[in-house]
Amino acid sequence: MRDDRENAVVVRELVKRFGDFTAVDGISFEVKKGEVFGFLGPNGSGKSTTIRMLCGILLPSKGTGTVAGYDILTQTEAIKSHIGYMSQKFSLYQNLTVEENIDFFSGIYQIPQEKKKDRKEWVIEMAHLQKYRGSPTGILPGGLRQRLALGCAVLHEPRLLFLDEPTSGVDPINRRRFWDLIYELSEQGVTVFVTTHYLDEAENCNRLGLLYRGELIASGTPEQLKSELTQGTVWEVFCDRPQDAMLELEDQPEIHDISLFGSSLHIVTGDASTTEQRISDLLNRNGYRVDRVERISPSLEDIFVGLIQSKERSLQAQEEVKR
Amino acid sequence: MNFGRISAMTRKEFIHVIRDPRSIILGIAIPVILLLLFAYALTLDVDHVPVMVWDQSDSTASREFISRFKASRYFKIKGRTDNYRDVEQAIDRGDILAGLVLPRDFAQRLEARRPVQVQWLVDGSDANTATIATGYATAVTQAYSEEVVLQDIRKLTGKVLERPLDVRPRVWFNADMESKNFIIPGLIAVIMMVIAALLTSLTVAREWERGTMEQLISTPVKGHELIIGKLTPYFIIGMFDVLLAVLMGKFQFGVPLRGSVVLLFGMAAVFLLGALSLGLLISIFTKNQLLANQLALLTTFIPAFVLSGFAFPINSMPKVVQWVTFLVPARFLVHLFKGIYLKGVGLETLYLEAGLLALFAVAMVGLTLVKFKKKLE
Repeated sequence: MRDDRENAVVVRELVKRFGDFTAVDGISFEVKKGEVFGFLGPNGSGKSTTIRMLCGILLPSKGTGTVAGYDILTQTEAIKSHIGYMSQKFSLYQNLTVEENIDFFSGIYQIPQEKKKDRKEWVIEMAHLQKYRGSPTGILPGGLRQRLALGCAVLHEPRLLFLDEPTSGVDPINRRRFWDLIYELSEQGVTVFVTTHYLDEAENCNRLGLLYRGELIASGTPEQLKSELTQGTVWEVFCDRPQDAMLELEDQPEIHDISLFGSSLHIVTGDASTTEQRISDLLNRNGYRVDRVERISPSLEDIFVGLIQSKERSLQAQEEVKR
Repeated sequence: MNFGRISAMTRKEFIHVIRDPRSIILGIAIPVILLLLFAYALTLDVDHVPVMVWDQSDSTASREFISRFKASRYFKIKGRTDNYRDVEQAIDRGDILAGLVLPRDFAQRLEARRPVQVQWLVDGSDANTATIATGYATAVTQAYSEEVVLQDIRKLTGKVLERPLDVRPRVWFNADMESKNFIIPGLIAVIMMVIAALLTSLTVAREWERGTMEQLISTPVKGHELIIGKLTPYFIIGMFDVLLAVLMGKFQFGVPLRGSVVLLFGMAAVFLLGALSLGLLISIFTKNQLLANQLALLTTFIPAFVLSGFAFPINSMPKVVQWVTFLVPARFLVHLFKGIYLKGVGLETLYLEAGLLALFAVAMVGLTLVKFKKKLE
């Protein structure tokens, strides 16, 4: 396998089928060395399946790819010694203590004797586990357990780290801290591939891939996605009965897209000449009292929701053509 | 093969066992309990058969006859009665196994040397015990009537008549003919089989269920290192169980061990390797603790118990079933253990069983290594 100087991960037309179900449907992308690459998508979109194929623990049905320069079809065992992987359940041995878990993974990764102690102390410090060295892992709060799992996954100082929904079920403060750790590793030159379904986390990544129903529907930096993929202008509208308004105005020709964001509406319009006044009038005409209309820059959520809706529309259209 | 990784696996697995009360109970307590329970309960010896007597004759002759039953260690007179109802009820309740009924004219007929019929009512629900007890009763009765006849002859001819034929039994291997000597060696083998497969059947399935296996297979640990690392602690526990069982056999039950101790432990080790791998194989296939547990019980306990020949002789099974027993590895170990324990024989006689046992172990270890994949499905 040729040495790819730029990319840590290269994937071409990757497919994974489970029986009749296609979990990953021909995706292609690369992850550059040293970047934090976010894999974004709703539950069941194929994120975990993809990450498992990259880690060499699941064989693809079709397609090719390399991870750290090793083939994901034929050199899976070589991949395993060059990566760190943290699976969804941050799987540690619950009835082993913190130190025993670290010692176990040290042994499995064959950390040289002279480095073992340093690495262990590094993990304990990084995860703030000084007080819990002898505690069974099962009694640790989620946030600490997750940091310990990260520590165990990077004991052998891999250059490439795969994290599968590392922050699911963790409170916002600990999520923030966890991302600080990811940045720290990234600064040391570690390439981080992380999946998430939190859109706010996606903003933290250098680059993103949006996965939906096994297909990669968009990729790029968060800024690129925002500027290139918004078709039209996004307006934030505060009005009474926003839910009714959304349902009633959905079919208005002027409006590309309308969705509920908390107590406000996000309306996407295609016509550049649209003004606050025209949106306000439109709602008033239909009997809604408008408090405020503001032009906003789109969030990733707007883009993702928009992309998924247009994807679904085109799938529906295809279905109808078939009939 | 990397010994560092194997020892990391082994250490981790040991900690699991020590911290998990279930494993300790299963690994140490259950074998001891089973051994005690079965060794005491599963005696095939028939003695002290409880008998109720209805002596209608109530004469010197009848008391003399009944005293023969009393004197025998095979019978225990549990009561006397004067009606059939009591006998029937006592049999129904299970208080007695048999009733002995002597007719009203017992003494007169015996005096007149006319045939006397003595009634023996036996509970046949346990056919084996009933047959043996009836055999003893017949023997006691025959011995008594023989004596009467011999006395008559002496009176008539003045000569002491010798019995023309006499069996002089000499029992080999289990001279006291105690069933525990025969049961315990086989029992050790059966317990080994059950415990071994049960112990390992959980280990891989548990890791799949808890998600730790996914983590483990993403590391550079090799499949065979994982298997060896997982087998080692249970192998040590299993060998400890054998030691415990052998010591209990010697000191608790006084079962003599005539053959080579080294051969005994060697064969136990070969067998354990196979049985532990079988458990692991079940665990690899099912990936589910409950299913693995039940499958391990089903594939080991019942065949080992019924078809290993530890208590029920294989020779008296139907031919087809006899062939089936060759698929039960415990059969070979039971045979080996009985041979080593009771007959003191070695590999020169037991090579076939030893060979088949080794084949079982090699096949199981091999299959486990082949079937364990560091991949998800």
